[in-house]
Parts: sequence; structure tokens; C-alpha cells
Amino acid sequence: MQEEKRTKKVLMIILGCFLGLVWISPFYLMLTNSFKTKQELFNDTLGLPKTFHFDNYVNSAKDLNIVNTFLNSLVITVVSVLIIIVFSSMAGYAIQRTKSKWSAVFYMAFVAAMLIPFQSVMIPLIAVFGKINMLNRPGLVFMYLGFGASMSVFLYNGAMKGIPQVLDEAAIIDGASRWQIFTKVVFPMLQPTTVTVALLNVMWIWNDYLLPSLVINRPGSQTIPLTMFDFFGQFTKQWHLAMAGLTIAIIPVIVFYFLMQKQIIAGVSEGAVK
Amino acid sequence: MSQKKTWFYLFSAPVLIALFLVVILPFIYGIYYSFTSWDGVSTSAFVGIQNYINAFKDPGYLGALWFTIKFSVVSIALINIIGLGLAVLVTTKFKGANILRTIFFMPNLIGGLILGFIWQFIFVEAFSAFGKVTGIPGLGSWLATTNTGFWALVIVMVWQYSGYIMVIYISYLQGVDQSLLEAADLDGATAMQKFWRIKFPLIMPGFTVSLFMTLSNCFKLYDQNLSLTGGGPYNSTQMVAMNIYNTAFSMNKMGYAQAKAVVFFVFIAIISLTQVYLTSRKEIEA
Repeated sequence: MQEEKRTKKVLMIILGCFLGLVWISPFYLMLTNSFKTKQELFNDTLGLPKTFHFDNYVNSAKDLNIVNTFLNSLVITVVSVLIIIVFSSMAGYAIQRTKSKWSAVFYMAFVAAMLIPFQSVMIPLIAVFGKINMLNRPGLVFMYLGFGASMSVFLYNGAMKGIPQVLDEAAIIDGASRWQIFTKVVFPMLQPTTVTVALLNVMWIWNDYLLPSLVINRPGSQTIPLTMFDFFGQFTKQWHLAMAGLTIAIIPVIVFYFLMQKQIIAGVSEGAVK
Repeated sequence: MSQKKTWFYLFSAPVLIALFLVVILPFIYGIYYSFTSWDGVSTSAFVGIQNYINAFKDPGYLGALWFTIKFSVVSIALINIIGLGLAVLVTTKFKGANILRTIFFMPNLIGGLILGFIWQFIFVEAFSAFGKVTGIPGLGSWLATTNTGFWALVIVMVWQYSGYIMVIYISYLQGVDQSLLEAADLDGATAMQKFWRIKFPLIMPGFTVSLFMTLSNCFKLYDQNLSLTGGGPYNSTQMVAMNIYNTAFSMNKMGYAQAKAVVFFVFIAIISLTQVYLTSRKEIEA
């Protein structure tokens, strides 16, 4: 029995190591080939680089206009996520605490909107926002609020159920306004949900390609995915430079992942289970 | 009383306005546009259901729809099986299980566009290099044929989403009551019996959640399609999302593309609602 268990464990470890290597191999190939010369990459794609050519990185970083691109992505993501958090938590609070016909209608609207795929609203959305000159960064942030609202309101609404209403009532008796109750009492208690909402929206907005490609695809305001698309089209035959560019684009995400790993994984399972 | 209502509307207004202007209004406009010959520039004529008739006769659209269905069925099955397998693996207690969890989930942090580019390199260069080294035939030019292009897309999708689905299954596996398993141990149950008789029924709700997420992610796939195969060769690996995009923004047939988009919505809504309906019925039974 004990012997059998040990064999099983060893087998699991071997299987785990094998799968882990398979899963990580694309990153290995990307990273190792980003340091090679064009000729070396062609002759020996799978091996380690003989010398490390950091000039691939220098060239790609210049071509990607990396500082500017990174800041564009950062500003759009941070501003959008902050706005989503503030307004979704307010709505989630109001809808959960009010029992009326309209609160039910609003809630249903948010849930029903989750069924509508982006492609089904994309064409009129761009036409309408084009007409009112909102195909720019403020317009994009506003669109992220519209698209991100459903899931965020849904999560906040769910979390509100766990916060006893007596707290509100006690504060009202003390003469607090709704805004004070929300900012001083309720919002701090929603903090775990805020982390989940923030992370889920960051992962989506940071990586989004299609919407920004339709709204802000101009030199100067491009985000990382947009620049990456142009960059890759330019370098498909120069894989060593393309791989360096991809590595540069991924580094911020990997750093973020290793810093926030626990919260991200918890957030994903929480967002799904609710 | 009126005081109470005012705060409710003030608090809900910002997101409601955004939802209305960004999703609901364009959606309604879209239904109207789908009955016109709108090309994005000139004023459009009402054409009745002609766009819908054309869509159902369009071999490009039907091909994309069929490709998307095939891709989704295969991917959803593989993602859920592998995701569950990975969840069982990393919840087994051994050194390194947590590192594995980190590795399996990692692809999900990176956008589909960039993942598609990484894999384009792998299918074009690394696969043929691997074929040369090991002598396995058929590893060159995976993105050049429809059939291998299909599997290339499936591989990327499975590699990316299995780790995501794994996380969902882990949370259900960890919810399994340990005393049930201990009791089964005392009764001399094998590992297989414990899995199928105890764990599996308890993680069934996780299956529904995963199905819903993989379904919608597979059907709406665009980024990976764009960066990996670009729809090629000859649009044979084009999925619905890309077909709609190209009809609208490459061919400028906005009204026609919108009709395709409305059909796409109906399609997704029917599948999702059916699934939710079946699930809720099951949950009542259980």
C-alpha cells in the first residue's frame, strides 16, 4: 500500500515535470531565439544562444517606441479600471440595497448585456462614436466602462449581499448621507471584490487589441498590442528581432504576474464561481 | 421616500449611461442597419431581409461558421479534460505543485494577439527544426494548410485556456469534504473510485461554469485567429468574428456585416441560454 502510493507519487511528479516543460517551452523558444543572430536562429532554432546579442533588444525597443507605448497602455488601463471600480461599486451598492421595479430592471440589463458579443455592436458603436468625434482616448475609456460594467456590477452586487444592511441603517440614524455611508462604511468592506474586479479588468484591458485598433490606432496613442501588430508584420522574416520585441512586450505582464500571483488566481476563481 | 429614490438613480446613472451608449444603443442601431445597404459613408437604402438571405448564401460566412463550430467543439472538449487533469495533478501534494500551477496559468496573463505571434514562430520555425532533429515527418509549414492550421489554433487555445479552467476546477476540488475521502479510504476505495464516485459529482457545477466560459471564448475568438493564421490559407481558417470584421472594415459592406453580426448574436444567445437553462434545471434536481 505504502509502496504503491510512493510509485504513484513519483509518476505524478514525472508527468508534472513533463507537462510543465511542454507548457513553458514556447517561452523558452521565444527567449532563447531573441538573443541569436538571424543566421544562428536559422541553423539552430532549438538550442541555447552561443553569445547573447542584446542589440536585438535595443533595435526592437527603438522600433516599438517602447517607453511611449508602455505609458499609453498604462494610462489607458489604469484610468479605465479606476473608473470601472468607482462607478460599478456605486451601482452594485444602489441596485442591491434598493428593492424596486427599476433596480430589478437595471440588474437584468447588466446581466443580459453579457450575452451580447462585441462583434454584434462593434460596427454601429464605431459609427456613432465617430460621428460625435469620440474615437479618441477619452472615448475608449468610456467604452471600457460600458463593456466592463456588466461583470463588475454583477460581482459587486453579489458581494453586497454579504454586508449587513443594519450597518447602513445605523449610519442613517447617525445622520450620515448615502455618499458618506458608501465611501466610509461600504466601499472599504468591498475591498476583496475590488481586488478581483481590478485584476480581471486589468488582464482584459491591458491585452485588448480589437477595440483600441478601431478607436485609437494612430501613431503616438498606440498601446502595446497595437504596436506589436504593426511591428510583427514588419519583422516576420527577421524572427530574432520579432522574438526580442515579443519578449519586451511580455516582461511587464510577467513581472505583474509574479508580484500578484496569489490575488490573480484567487480573483479568477472567484470571478468564475460567482 | 423621494430622497431614497434620488440616491439610487444618482449612484446607478454613470454605468447605466455607459452601458446604454456603448452596448444597448449600438445593438439597437445595429438591428436597424442590418436591414439597409449601408456602406459606412453614403446614406443607405432599406433592403429588407436581403442581407440575411445573402449571409446564408455566403460560402465565406457559412464556412467560417462551420469552422468556428468545429474549432469550438474540439477545443472545449480538450480544454475541459486537460484543465481537469491539471487541476487533479496540482492538487496532489508534492514539491513543485505550486510552481506547476503558476506555469500552467501563465499564458492567460498574455494577450491572445501576442500569444498567436509567439506560436506563429513555433509552428513556422521551431516545428520544422524539431522535425529535422527527430526525423518526425509532417512538422513543417503547419500554418500553410487548412487542416494543420485548424489544429494549430486548437493547440494554442488549449495551451492558453487549460490553465484558466484548471483554476476553476481547483476551487471546486478544494471544496470537496476531506472526511468523505477519509471515509472512502477506510472502506478500501481505490483512487479511481474516489475520483469518479466522490470528487466528480461534486465538481460538476465547476463543469458548467467552465463550459460557459470556454464556449463564449471559443466562439468569439478573434485575436489568436488574426495573429496565428490570419484566416489563411485562402480564408479557410477564418472564424466568424474575423469574417464579420473583414466584411465591415475591408469590404465596407457595413449593413451586410451587421446582418452577419446579428445572426452571430442570436447563435451565441441560443447556445448560452440553452446551457444556462439545462444547468439550472440540473441544479434544481440535485
